[in-house]
Amino acid sequence: MTDVLTLDGVSAGYGPFHALFDVSLAVAPGEAVALLGANGVGKTTVARVASGLVAPERGQVRVEGADLTGAAPHRFVRAGVAHATEGRSVFASLNVEENLRLSFRRALGARGVAGALDQAFEQFPALARRRAQLAGDLSGGEQRMLSMARVLVEAPKLLIADELSLGLAPIIVDEIYAQLERLRAEGTALLIVEQHVSHALALCDRVLLLEHGTIIWEGPPADAADRVVARIFEHGEAG
Amino acid sequence: MVLAASFVEDLVRGTLQGLPPGAVYGLIAIGFVLAYKTSGVFNLAFGAQAYVSAALYFQARNEWGWSNLAAFVLAVVVVAPAIGLVLERLIFRHLPPGSSLAKLVIAIGLSVALPNLFELIVGFEPVAGRTPEGLLPNGAGVFYDPLGLYSFSRDELTALVVAVLGAAALAALFRFTAIGLQMRAVVESPRMTELNGIRADRVSAFSWALSSFFAGLAGVLIAPRFNTLSAPDFFNLVVVAIAAAAIGKLVSLPRALAGGLGLGVAIAIIDTFLPRIVERQQWLEPIQENVTPAVPFIVLFALVTLWPELRSSKEQTDPLAGVDPPPPTPAALTRSPWLTRITIVFAVCFFLVAGLVVFLRADASWLFVVTQAVILSTIYLSITVLTGFAGQISLCQGAFAAIGGFTVFQLADRFGMSVLVGAVVGACIAAAVSALLALPLVRLGRVWVAIATLAFAAFFDAVVVKLPFVGGGGTSLLQGTRVPRPVIGPWDLADDKAFLVLAVLVFAVAAYVVSAVKTGTVGRTLAALRGSEVASRSIGISPTRARVTAFAISGFLAGLGGAMLSIQQKNVNYASNFAPFAALFWLVLVVSLGARTVEGAAYAGASFSLMDRIIFQGTFIGWILRSEDRIPGVFPLSPKWRFVLFGLTTIAFAKHPEGLVENGKRNAHVRMAKLSARRDAHREPSADDAVPGEAVA
Ligand SMILES: Nc1ncnc2c1ncn2[C@@H]1O[C@H](COP(=O)(O)OP(=O)(O)OP(=O)(O)O)[C@@H](O)[C@H]1O
Ligand SMILES: [Mg+2]
Repeated sequence: MTDVLTLDGVSAGYGPFHALFDVSLAVAPGEAVALLGANGVGKTTVARVASGLVAPERGQVRVEGADLTGAAPHRFVRAGVAHATEGRSVFASLNVEENLRLSFRRALGARGVAGALDQAFEQFPALARRRAQLAGDLSGGEQRMLSMARVLVEAPKLLIADELSLGLAPIIVDEIYAQLERLRAEGTALLIVEQHVSHALALCDRVLLLEHGTIIWEGPPADAADRVVARIFEHGEAG
Repeated sequence: MVLAASFVEDLVRGTLQGLPPGAVYGLIAIGFVLAYKTSGVFNLAFGAQAYVSAALYFQARNEWGWSNLAAFVLAVVVVAPAIGLVLERLIFRHLPPGSSLAKLVIAIGLSVALPNLFELIVGFEPVAGRTPEGLLPNGAGVFYDPLGLYSFSRDELTALVVAVLGAAALAALFRFTAIGLQMRAVVESPRMTELNGIRADRVSAFSWALSSFFAGLAGVLIAPRFNTLSAPDFFNLVVVAIAAAAIGKLVSLPRALAGGLGLGVAIAIIDTFLPRIVERQQWLEPIQENVTPAVPFIVLFALVTLWPELRSSKEQTDPLAGVDPPPPTPAALTRSPWLTRITIVFAVCFFLVAGLVVFLRADASWLFVVTQAVILSTIYLSITVLTGFAGQISLCQGAFAAIGGFTVFQLADRFGMSVLVGAVVGACIAAAVSALLALPLVRLGRVWVAIATLAFAAFFDAVVVKLPFVGGGGTSLLQGTRVPRPVIGPWDLADDKAFLVLAVLVFAVAAYVVSAVKTGTVGRTLAALRGSEVASRSIGISPTRARVTAFAISGFLAGLGGAMLSIQQKNVNYASNFAPFAALFWLVLVVSLGARTVEGAAYAGASFSLMDRIIFQGTFIGWILRSEDRIPGVFPLSPKWRFVLFGLTTIAFAKHPEGLVENGKRNAHVRMAKLSARRDAHREPSADDAVPGEAVA
C-alpha cells in the first residue's frame, strides 16, 4: 500500500534561514507517528512542508504517491491532508458557524453543510452555545475544539496536528486526545508534533526524533521514552 | 408658522438635493470599502480606476460611436475588472501580508500611473468642454419631481438607484454566499483559507475584479457631474469617499453608503441655509462659498484624529504570518563608508561639470528647467526627512510648499517686503503649520497619517487657497499671483544665471541641514522608531517630539522650496505646481528613487524637470548620435510616460524601500565585493548560508 505522506530528502527553510536538512519520512495509512524534539529544531517546519505551506528547496513531497512538491496548500487538502497549525488555527474575524461553514462547504458541497453543522455541534456542545460568537473571542481550548470540529466531519487521510495541547488544561487535553483516538479508529493517519510527550507516546505507533533539522532517531514508542527525555533535556541545557 | 413651514420645506428640499451627489459618494465609498475589506489595500488608486472606466466609456461612445450599452460593457464589465485582475496578479499578490505601508505607496503610484497609461494607450485627451454623458439616453435632460420640491435628473436617479442596489447586493453577497465568506476569510489569512481547501488566489482575484467593477461603475455614473473628465477630480472624489467610508469604520458597506448620503445631504443643507445666516452675520461671508466643498475633508480629518476606534478596527493579524521569511535588513542601515565616499566624489564631479556646461552653454529655457530641478530637489528634501527618516507618508507637502509661495506673494504684494525675507517667513509659517498638524497625527499609524494629511491637502486646496489673504481671492483671478525677483545689493537676481546660483546655495544649505538631522539625535531617534516603536518606547524614547520635529523641518524645507519656486516662476502658479494631485507625484518620485538620502531627492528633482527635456524629447539620443536629424522617429515621447514610469516603479517599494538609486548602488557594490572575494581563494562560503544554530539565535 502506498504511504499517505512521503518526504524524500527534503531540505527547506525561510529565505536565508535553513531549517531542515535532508529529511526523509513516510507515514503509512492509518499509522500514528509522533514527531518529537526540542524547541526550534524544525518540527513545525516539517509539518508545514507536509501540508504545502512551506515549499521545499530540495527533495520531494508525495501524498498517496502523487508528487505535490511545490504545490499550493489547497491541493494537499484536496488530496486528503488536514493540518491543524500551531497556535490559533481558526479565523478570528469569522464567527464559529462561519468557520465551520467555510470548510464544510468546500468539502461537502452546499447540500452537506447543514447536516455537517448539526453533527459538529452535537459533538461539541460548547461550540453550539457560541455559534454566533467571533472565533477570535473564544478561549484557547474552544478554538482547538473548533479546529478539531472542522476536521472530524469528514475524516482526512492524514491529520497533521501541531502542538494541539499547548497551553490547555489537562481535561481538555484528554478530550482532544480522545478525539484523535477516534479519528485514528476511522482510519486516519496521524502526524503529531507534541511537547506533551507522554500523551503522544501513548497514542503513536512510531516516533521520529528531530534535532537541528535532521531526523536522528526513529523507533517504537517504548524505546523512545528514555531517549526522548534525555535528548530534549540535553539539548535544552546546552541551548 | 409660515416661517416654520418654509423652513421644513427648505430642509426637505436640501435633503433631496443632497441625495444624488451623496449616492455618488456612497457608491465610491462602497467600492473602496469592498477593496479594503477583501484585499486589505487602502486603494487610493480607486479614483484612477474609476477615471479609466469613465474616460473609456466616453471615448467609446463619443469618439468611436459605440452604443451606450456596448460602451458600458466594454468600460465597466470588461475593462474595469480586467484592470483589477491585472493589478492583483502582477502586483498585490506578491506583497507579503501586513505590508500596509508598501501597499499604500503602490496605490499612490498607481493613482499617478494608471490615468496616464490609459490616456497613452487609448489616445484619450481630457479636453475642456466635452461634457461626459450618463448611461441612459438624455440623462441630463429628463427630470422627475416626485414631491414637487426638487427635480431629479435621470442621471441622478440612476446613480441613486444603482448605489442602493449595489450596497444591498454586496451586503447580501458577504452574508449569504460561499464566495462572500471565502472573501472574508482570505482577508484574514490567505494561507489558512488554503488549508481549508480553498484556492486563495482565485478568491482574491475575484475580490479584485469585483471591487474594480464597482470602481468602473462608479466612474461611469459619476462622470456626468463633471464638465470635463480629469484624473485629479476623480482622485479628489476618492478622498470624499474615504470620508464616507470612515463613517462606516471602513468595513461596513451599508454604513459607507449611509455615510456618503449623509455627506451629500449635509453639504446641500449647509448650502441652503448658510447664505441666510451670512445675510445677518456679515463676517461669515469669506467662508461661505468655501465651507461646502470642505465638509468631507473636515469630517475625514476629524474622524481620523478624534475617533480612536476607527484606527483600532485594523485587520486581524494573520496567524500564519510566521511562515514568511523575515524581511531583509534595509540597505540604508548597512551602507558601507566606501559607498558614501564614492557617491560624494561622483556628485561633486558631476555638479562641477554640469554646472559649467549649464553656465556656459545653456539658453534661457534650459536654465529654467535646471533651476527648477534644483529648487524641486530642495522641496523633495522635505520628503526625505519625513518619509525617509521618520517613515511617515505625508500627502500634503504641496500645501506646505504653497504656503511658502503664497507668503512671499502676499508679503511682497501688500507690504512690498523683500521676497527673500518673505521666503524665510513663509518657510517658518509652513513649519509651524506642519508642526501643529503633526501634533494630533504622530500617534496614529502610518496609513492614517497619510489619510489625514491627504484630507488636509484637500482642505487646503478647497478652502484655504481661496481665502483672499492666502491665494489673493478675486484679484488673483485677474492678475495672477505675481512674485518679483529679488535684488541683493549689487546682485540682481532677475538674471536667471544669478538666480540659479542662489537656488544652488539654498539647496546646498538644505542638504547640509538634512544630513545633519540624519546623523543627529533626532535622526537616530527616528531611525530607532522606524525599527520598532514598541521597543523604542520601552527604553524611554518619546516618539512625539522627534516626529513633530521631523514634521516641522519638513514643513520648513517645503515652504522654503515653494517660495523659491514661486520666485523663480515669478508667480505662485498654485494649480500647476502645488495642487494635491501634482504633489502626489513628488512623493512617488522621491520614494521610487530614494527617500533616505540627499542624492535621492536630487535625482528626483532632476527627473521631474529634466527627464522630459533630455530623454523624452530625444535630446540625449541626439547627443549620442551627434546629430539631431538621426533621432529615431519614436521621439519625442509623451511626457506622460514619466508618470507611468515612476508610478510603476513604486511597486519596487515593497522589496526595496530604500529606492532605486540606493538599491542599484548597493547591488553594484555587492557585486564588486563578490568579485574581489572570489579572487581571495581562502574565503569561507558566503554568509548567506546560515546554519540553523544561527537561525535559532
Ligand atoms: N518565518 C521564519 N523565518 C525565519 N526563520 C524561521 C521562521 N520560522 C521558523 N524559523 C526558524 O526555523 C527553525 C525551525 O523552526 P520550527 O518552528 O520548525 O521549530 P519547532 O521545532 O516547531 O519549534 P517549537 O517547538 O518552538 O515550536 C527555527 O530555528 C526557527 O527560528
Ligand atoms: Mg513548532
